[in-house]
Amino acid sequence: MGLRSGSAPNMKLEALERGKRATIISVDWDAIAPEEGKRLRALGLDEGARIAIAHRGVFGGRDPIAVMVGRMTIAIRRVHAAAMVVEPA
Amino acid sequence: MTSLRRAALVGNPNAGKSALFNALTGARQKIANYPGVTVERKAGRLLLATGEEIELIDLPGSYSFDATSPDEEVTRALVHGDFDGEAAPDVMVVVLDAANLEQHLVFAQEVIELGRPTIVALNMVDLAQRDGLTLDPDALSQALGVPVVPTVAVRRKGLAELTAAIASAEAAAEADHSAHPRPHLTLPERRLAARNIAKATILSQSTTRRLHAGLDRILLHPWLGPPILFALLFVIFQAVFAWATPFADGLEALAGLLAELVNNTVPAGIFRDFLTEGVIAGVGGVVVFLPQIVILFAFILVMEATGYMARAAFIMDRLMASVGLSGRSFIPLLSSFACAIPGIMATRSIADPKDRLTTILIAPLMTCSARLPVYGVVIAAVIPNTKVWGAIGLQGLVLFCLYVAGIVGAMVVALVLRRSVTAGRASGFIMELPRYQMPRLRDLAIGLWQRAWVFLRRAGTIIFAATVVLWVLLTFPQAEPGESQLDVSIAGKVATAMHVAFEPIGFNREMTLALVPAMAAREVAVASLATTYAVDSEDEAQTEQALREQISARWTLPTALAFLAWFVFAPQCLSTIAVARRETNGWKWPTFMLAYLFVLAYVFAGITFWCATALGL
Repeated sequence: MGLRSGSAPNMKLEALERGKRATIISVDWDAIAPEEGKRLRALGLDEGARIAIAHRGVFGGRDPIAVMVGRMTIAIRRVHAAAMVVEPA
Repeated sequence: MTSLRRAALVGNPNAGKSALFNALTGARQKIANYPGVTVERKAGRLLLATGEEIELIDLPGSYSFDATSPDEEVTRALVHGDFDGEAAPDVMVVVLDAANLEQHLVFAQEVIELGRPTIVALNMVDLAQRDGLTLDPDALSQALGVPVVPTVAVRRKGLAELTAAIASAEAAAEADHSAHPRPHLTLPERRLAARNIAKATILSQSTTRRLHAGLDRILLHPWLGPPILFALLFVIFQAVFAWATPFADGLEALAGLLAELVNNTVPAGIFRDFLTEGVIAGVGGVVVFLPQIVILFAFILVMEATGYMARAAFIMDRLMASVGLSGRSFIPLLSSFACAIPGIMATRSIADPKDRLTTILIAPLMTCSARLPVYGVVIAAVIPNTKVWGAIGLQGLVLFCLYVAGIVGAMVVALVLRRSVTAGRASGFIMELPRYQMPRLRDLAIGLWQRAWVFLRRAGTIIFAATVVLWVLLTFPQAEPGESQLDVSIAGKVATAMHVAFEPIGFNREMTLALVPAMAAREVAVASLATTYAVDSEDEAQTEQALREQISARWTLPTALAFLAWFVFAPQCLSTIAVARRETNGWKWPTFMLAYLFVLAYVFAGITFWCATALGL
């Protein structure tokens, strides 16, 4: 699944370039605290969500990350982004 | 017993619920706490076209009934009728952000599934239009199976239609009491349905450049964003000091006139002394700080209403993470600059319990507005009103430094706490960044009025009572001629006894005395000094101006600086302790908070005094 070439290979959301669109194809929920996982799902950050990274970090840091989901912008931490595998569009 | 029928506003955070609530109920609203918890219960009266009134409640914003924060839990329990002493609402009004349907329809479906009479308010349709969306409310209504009313709360559009829809749903509820639950969907099913319904509702969608994306490019810029935030905070603190002055002068003149009036009409004697030295000097000395408090709250409310506050949290997250907290703690902590009580209450949106406890414990270190009177008087008395580097007022700069000292103290304390008493896994940061919006004057005015009223009510109750008690303690027993009134009074004797402990850190007796009533409410320290000096001096009524002169004359610079340092860390007022007790379910943490703050205050006042003395200030 998701191995068809043609588009860029799958990668961690954390590594996605700013502004590039992608689809979340899997999330390692065990790497995320249960309550936070619940919150991420409630906000629509789940398998199948189409996302893009809008902003990342302050003063050159990699944390936090602002992710666009539909018409919403959601701030998350790098740990959350590291648990999500995306397929760039 | 015909209790009022009730409707409830529910919806995602940032759906414009509060603006809709304000537009529907106007000034007819009551803010209280839900019993047992400190989530704000906002209720108001909604006037129907028939002239009847029903109660409208504004429930905390939620993403789901599967609660992840105490706020969401209140919404869940209340809607399901599980809340002690509150029946489930008769009519549900789901507020949707028209420009964010795909997201907001997920929770909307969960509410509609309950099978209660439900109306959907398709809110902020104007902003959706601005974003290039054309919507079909009828299609939405058909897909959801409930009435849909397009509204623009801030422009009062669609309010009559919404009220009418509530009225007919209400009448239907009265005729048929039972709920008709609909099939229960799982979250992925609901999300899929939301996507499809949104698709069916959106007639056309153009990709207009959105205002907020442009703003975010600047305000969330990794290098520009933080300096902009810090500059804004600096402007706020300068404004608090500079803009408030004319208003404060006016209030002070008023207090002076009042004292004169009393002097001219009330015969000389103990009662007149009580009015002028006790009531007017004490309460008046605190009320003059109302303008500063209003200005500070105005900035906070504007930051919240525009959506910038969430960006501030984003920018601060990295810094907060370095002491084991998250950007979420920034909002309660910033509110604590106005007052620790709403600040501590706002920690309810922090999901992680350790994170939340740490934020509660450090909230009192943020310089609350009640400390402004203390800082204001002392700074004005001992710091020259000159400019440094051309444009920056020295007094404002000192004030800024005091705020920074509190912040740095809080950060260090958080760091220590997260490694000791509140140790746990690092907390995350998950937060919606809402769209930018023009704040509406009316909503700001309502918010400001509520804050100002709380302050004035404190001035009329706790501060008044503390001032009266203090005046009595200062006035009796009466001094014989030749004796100092302060020396013979009960309060003076207490202060003399306590003074032993405070002399090493440079406090004089009046300052020591002021610390006791300051526990009731910190601003009482000013009232106390005013009353003390009024009783002790020949002058009848003491204005703030006169108090400043007294302090200038009687306090050395190291002493004054030590007093300021004390109040950076001072154990907080009784109301804060009470709220902390309620929020942490016991006396353990408030006691801990009291103890550590007391030690910090003592140590830092001491260090300040010794250093200033050594430097020959």
